[in-house]
Amino acid sequence: MNDGPLLPLFGYFALLSLFAVGGANAAIPEMHRIAVEVMHWMNDRQFADSFAIAQVSPGPNIIIVTLIGYHVAGFAGAAVATAAMCGPTCVMAFLVARTWDRFSEARWRIAIQAGLVPVSLGLIAASAFVLARTADHTIYAVIITATTALIGFATRINPLWIFAISGLLGISGWL
Amino acid sequence: MTAEEFNEAFALSQFLPGPNVVNFSVVFGSRFGGAAGAAVALAGLMGPPLIIVLILAMLYARFGDLEILSRILVGITAAATGMLIAVVAKMAAPLFRKRWNWAPLVAIAAFIGVAILQWPLPWVFLVLAPISIALAWVTR
Repeated sequence: MNDGPLLPLFGYFALLSLFAVGGANAAIPEMHRIAVEVMHWMNDRQFADSFAIAQVSPGPNIIIVTLIGYHVAGFAGAAVATAAMCGPTCVMAFLVARTWDRFSEARWRIAIQAGLVPVSLGLIAASAFVLARTADHTIYAVIITATTALIGFATRINPLWIFAISGLLGISGWL
Repeated sequence: MTAEEFNEAFALSQFLPGPNVVNFSVVFGSRFGGAAGAAVALAGLMGPPLIIVLILAMLYARFGDLEILSRILVGITAAATGMLIAVVAKMAAPLFRKRWNWAPLVAIAAFIGVAILQWPLPWVFLVLAPISIALAWVTR
């Protein structure tokens, strides 16, 4: 296998991991921009499919990078993308965890935490927007998105049930 | 681990960049067994899902072109997008209610930069995060 895509896979995802405050949900637009628009690794539908598969898989949603990596370069790509996305922030989490507690009352720490919340909110909203643009091509798909948003906001139902129902509705071919 | 320590570790992993749950497993594991504990917690969290998702990736590579599969996935994506909107609404509710009126402006700026203008995430972050943190600093 040609090792051409492995380096950009690693570079892009390692960089992304350091700015993805809010986790996988905040990183979707940047992943889409890189994988679909800049690198042309996959098309819109394949990206949306990867997102859907990651949502119904057990484990953290960030596992979408494993799917993108596999699509680009098989097992090597999956390993490289996953390591790039998790490695740098794991090291950071490990180092910060040892010092953080000492500053629990520090004003700068409270400011950092409070300041990052609205940024990550905006990023997650952007993720929802990019996904809706990628996936909601019909009025029925829009209705499913809107209905799920209402149910998700108002109840604490396990999303897997809604995903199962929506997947079955998808078979109709109307979406 | 006490409830307070748990909350502390959770808050920390929320605020660190990268996957929150992954960060949490590292913070949690390191409390118990240092670097080895962090590695074990990470392997426990990621190992089984990675195996499952790789199987799904192989199945998708083989059957991704099937019409019925893509129809199912379109339905799931539409619903998952809705769940994301619900997360946004839940996060936004307290933010928009507080008197720190700068917070919604930062959130809207981040949204416009990434979703509408489609600027790279690192640029948007490097501009907005320092501004937002500075605003949080002075308004406290």
